[in-house]
Amino acid sequence: MDSGKTVFSALDIEIRRGAITAIMGPSGTGKTTLLKLITGQIFADRGQVIVDGLDVARLKRKQIYALRRRMGMLFQNGALLTDLDVFENVAFPLREHTRLPERLIRTIVLTKLHAVGLRGAAELYPQQLSGGMGRRVALARAIVMDPEILIYDEPFAGLDPISMGVVLRLIRSLNDALGITSIVVTHDVREISQIADQSFIISEGKVVASGTTAELRDHPSPIVHQFVDGLADGPVPFHYPAPEYHEQLLGGKVFA
Amino acid sequence: MTIVLRELVQSFLTFLERVGLLVRFALRLAAILPSGLLRPKPIIEQVYNTGAMSLVIIMTCGLFIGMVLGLQGYDLLTRFGSEEYLGTATAISLLRELGPVVTALLFAGRAGTALAAELGLMRATDQIAAMEIMAVDPMRRVVLPRFLGGVIAMPLLVSIFIVVALFGAQLVGVEFFGVDAGSYWSQMRSAVELSDIREGLVKGLVFGVACSLIAVYEGYNAQPTAEGVGRATTRTVVISAVVTLILDYILTALML
Repeated sequence: MDSGKTVFSALDIEIRRGAITAIMGPSGTGKTTLLKLITGQIFADRGQVIVDGLDVARLKRKQIYALRRRMGMLFQNGALLTDLDVFENVAFPLREHTRLPERLIRTIVLTKLHAVGLRGAAELYPQQLSGGMGRRVALARAIVMDPEILIYDEPFAGLDPISMGVVLRLIRSLNDALGITSIVVTHDVREISQIADQSFIISEGKVVASGTTAELRDHPSPIVHQFVDGLADGPVPFHYPAPEYHEQLLGGKVFA
Repeated sequence: MTIVLRELVQSFLTFLERVGLLVRFALRLAAILPSGLLRPKPIIEQVYNTGAMSLVIIMTCGLFIGMVLGLQGYDLLTRFGSEEYLGTATAISLLRELGPVVTALLFAGRAGTALAAELGLMRATDQIAAMEIMAVDPMRRVVLPRFLGGVIAMPLLVSIFIVVALFGAQLVGVEFFGVDAGSYWSQMRSAVELSDIREGLVKGLVFGVACSLIAVYEGYNAQPTAEGVGRATTRTVVISAVVTLILDYILTALML
């Protein structure tokens, strides 16, 4: 890493084909970094990331692009292209990678938009959409090439309860209907536990717990307990490291 | 003294590093140039965005620069009793220097900043990362058409600027001060050589390459924050202006 900080050490995760795998952990544990490793946006200094038998770090640019065509990713903020309308955003991967006739592109795009409930919003621009709608359009775009792996980066962040329920249901139904392998990075424990087949909790660069939702709930580790139950203080401290409170208040220096 | 020296060496190394990165970026653009030319539609769109959208400011400034040249030129030439050379003096100064240089400075301020801000925002809102994940090379899809759009637009803008400025000078010299219209245009036609026009267009093309390259480089590599995008646009204007003037000296020396 540029900062010289080690994000992961001895991290070992196996993601099952066709299942929904949740990767959870406190903020700043490198969950997004893990997604970047899986998609070949960055490479680890040591260790391997194997996707469908391929070592991502050893692939050439073209091979990485070929691998990415089999993946879809939902970004935290949707990452829709702001100069294209909803229809063209969803059509974008098709236009870039295929030579399908216009009529077929139209049919595919409308089908995908229908699946996320936004067929009626095809002519809107990203800036006219609410946060939840934007994320659903991004989801339609992520599935338009019928990916084998679908990656969600914080899919519930900043959504109202209704949108959250919609996205949650979509993740489950897309996974089951299309037989996709889903990887969901999130810290919304309660929501994801409703749909995840297996979960990993990462903290300080390691997997501290893994298993089904029920297994995590009964996990003996205090950090898992703190995370699952949402406790403010525990192994992950509430306070950022600082000198003694009274010393700093009574002492003359503002910062240690 | 040693501290000053060390700082100087450090600044020089940083400068060299930046130049190296810019050259690498330019080489990458050159490598994908042939495949980019096969898709003319996005390039034409960018010629419109950078060229046509800059027309108002280019024409307005051209008119006033021409009018100032008319005033100053007339004042100067009447001292020698040779005001019929107003057309020649205006045309040569515009073709060789003022046309390309002022157009490039205006281009950096209008189109360059727009390019840098657009690319910077695309980076900040994950649109560039989303393309990478969709196995679409953003250099090919986003950067190259914008760069080529600028390169094509600049000589056209230079030509329009010069033509408008010539009419501006004519407006002041002929219409206001009564210089003979026939001598204004005929002296110009007899004195201006093809090499003068070539010098203007070559400068326009070179400035177009430099300003567009700086704008897309700064925007594409902007820090993905509000501050980062702001800094990228500022740097675009400042670096473009300095590079334009340095290149202008070099090109003038080469073509004299």
